[in-house]
Amino acid sequence: MAPMNSVNREIPLPLRGLEGAQPFGGAWARHAAQPRKLLSAGRPTKVLGSLEEAIRKSGLESGMTISFHHHFREGDQVVNLVMEAIAQAGLRDLTLAASSLTSIHAPLVELCRKGVIKRIFTSGLRGELAEAISHGLMDLPVVIHSHGGRARALLEGGIEPDVAFLGVPSCDCYGNARGWTGRSACGSLGYAMVDARVARTVVLLTDGLEEYPAAPASISQVLVDWIVPVDSVGDPKRISMGATRMTRDPRELLIARRVVDAMDAAGVIRDGFSFQMGSGGASLAAVSFLRQRMMERKARASFALGGITSQTVRMLEEGLVGALFDVQSFDMEAARSLGVNANHFEVDASFYATPDTGGPAVNLLDAVILSALEIDTDFNVNVITGSDGVIRGASGGHCDTAAGSALTIVVAPLVRARTASIVPRVDTVVTPGETVDLIVTDRGTAVNPRRADLKDALAQGGIPTVEIEDLAALAEGITGKPQPVEHTERVVGIVEYRDGTVIDVIRQVKD
Amino acid sequence: MIAKLRRTMLFVPGNNPAMVKDAHIYGSDSIIFDLEDSVSPSEKDAARLLVRCALEALDYGTAERVVRINGLDTPWVEEDIRAMVAAGIEVVRLPKTENAADIHRLERMVAEAERESGRPDGSVLLMAAIESPLGVINAYPIAAASPRMAAIALSAEDYVTSLKTSRSREGVELAEARGRIVIAAKAAGIMAIDTVFTDVADDEGFAREVALIKQMGFDGKSVINPNQIPPVHAIYAPKQEEVQKARRILEAAKEAEARGSGVTALDGKMIDKPIIERAQRVLELAGRPEGPWHP
Repeated sequence: MAPMNSVNREIPLPLRGLEGAQPFGGAWARHAAQPRKLLSAGRPTKVLGSLEEAIRKSGLESGMTISFHHHFREGDQVVNLVMEAIAQAGLRDLTLAASSLTSIHAPLVELCRKGVIKRIFTSGLRGELAEAISHGLMDLPVVIHSHGGRARALLEGGIEPDVAFLGVPSCDCYGNARGWTGRSACGSLGYAMVDARVARTVVLLTDGLEEYPAAPASISQVLVDWIVPVDSVGDPKRISMGATRMTRDPRELLIARRVVDAMDAAGVIRDGFSFQMGSGGASLAAVSFLRQRMMERKARASFALGGITSQTVRMLEEGLVGALFDVQSFDMEAARSLGVNANHFEVDASFYATPDTGGPAVNLLDAVILSALEIDTDFNVNVITGSDGVIRGASGGHCDTAAGSALTIVVAPLVRARTASIVPRVDTVVTPGETVDLIVTDRGTAVNPRRADLKDALAQGGIPTVEIEDLAALAEGITGKPQPVEHTERVVGIVEYRDGTVIDVIRQVKD
Repeated sequence: MIAKLRRTMLFVPGNNPAMVKDAHIYGSDSIIFDLEDSVSPSEKDAARLLVRCALEALDYGTAERVVRINGLDTPWVEEDIRAMVAAGIEVVRLPKTENAADIHRLERMVAEAERESGRPDGSVLLMAAIESPLGVINAYPIAAASPRMAAIALSAEDYVTSLKTSRSREGVELAEARGRIVIAAKAAGIMAIDTVFTDVADDEGFAREVALIKQMGFDGKSVINPNQIPPVHAIYAPKQEEVQKARRILEAAKEAEARGSGVTALDGKMIDKPIIERAQRVLELAGRPEGPWHP
């Protein structure tokens, strides 16, 4: 006689075509954690009483990988809080995979020394932590990812987070979370969305618990395991990049005007085009000049991508830009807009920039404006190490957008204080010169010789250009020849290109 | 290079290496290296040395190089002139000019500095800033005091203080001085330069003032921030119709000259000397219509 299941039906196993089938054993037999729900018991919840409890329930063990996002930027309170609790719990040898780290994460230096953190994956490093790593703090080198490269690694399994600790400005008791509401609003959660998808366990930290349902949500309840209310996930004053005020710096304005003139001469500014602008002063000023030029040309952009600022929001609301794809909101105005403008779309890091998927949005860019610490005469760009060889920057979307965009413009003043920006050889390559088309400085504009078409277009548009070697010589004439940075042989950082190959390494700075 | 146009004369503090090193990149017609008000007494020597080295070492392209020296009654003036003339300055601007005698004194010192440094006699031009009621009254004698004179400029801050009033948005307190300075300059056949506009954040007020002084006949304006250069050049730039008309006027005049006739007509209107001169001025202004972003 065939076995009876728990509702007294005879199930003649094995069943043809569904050989592995098991008999029903009761509605909660396989989900003991969720017994019959009683109205009197209130709504089910994933909210826990403490971070310690969440760490315990997450199953985190020594040697595992944990991930974080950097949407709160310099105001981030989550990484330090969680890492301190993890250290208290006695866990060690962890791999910390953050979408980026900033100077607020200086307390991690101590945790690296104590062996709590064994390895770091990040897009950027600044401040004391960056300084210490550059001087040999860690046994294993830090791995620098681009935003697209990180998302690729997460999706392909190169980074496998066991637990993602994701700070969110608001979420409900079941884990529907978003970034454009709450007192710590940061706007888009584009980087965190990928972590939420791939991490084995997802723990949300929030200072904005809302009534169910918090819909629409950026991170869905189906991805979330636990929620921990905390006093603060981010300092709102430091979440905003503070870069949205229009610069009055004449040098930045000069560069910005030249950028827009070059874009115009290159034929980019036409109906239906697309662009991405970084957050630096010159870039931001370029948005303002671009807006004027678009109005003169009666050209409307189909979309703007990337870090979104109040300037691009204004263009959306004026109808000059059809849509915003927002992986990271740079200011409060962008965060507000994400909640109210139907054509302001939140996109995750893989949609933004991951190579080898169906195709990221960077592939549809017509023009991107990027900044740089150093550019060399082969057009290679360094955005990660300073003139002293110390890490002080972020890879970000630099190489992703440079590769995807039809016109890649890198801006920099020729000389910053006493340091040349155009040099014979950059300290560290993050973005390869073959993906960079145009360098715009306050002392002249140089076209990559690989782009003869662009050189012709600029000449026809009456835009004077110079050779990049001449810019380097001019810079050296002002600053003199700098002493070379002294490195040891030891590798402290590995810079991955977006496809996962190694484009450069960062060596320990000699003390 | 001596400027044919002085739409914009950019003040650069002589003690600021970052600004001195590439003051020309913003495309002003002239750069005024300041040794006077922006430099404290304890830094006078350092600023003079810095500007001198910069003039000797750096290429300022097509920008005219002007120095604002310290006043005739200061202990620095002689060394200022000696150093700047030796370093190749093109124009010396004297502050607080009250009368023609001031210009004569300046002229003697400059001529001696030219001899000392082996520069041709008369190669250094002069410019006078008028900053007092007496200076305004003497505007013509000052403007006509020397063949070296290239321009006179109103400097409003001290002037307004002397009048016991203050600067207003409308600038009524400057109306008389501006009018007299323009007339004096034109009577002497030199340029008139308007005073600075100090509120660098007030783009609208600045544009209004530039339109006003252009209409009054000023050849240009002193500016204190590079961001003020593009709007001045835009306002001084002739419109395309004006340029086309000027070209036609000059063509018609050329034809008339070829025929041996002094007067001709275009579109039924007589073309005479003042009209031809105005057309030439339009084309001069149109010759450098581009902004500061193409140095």
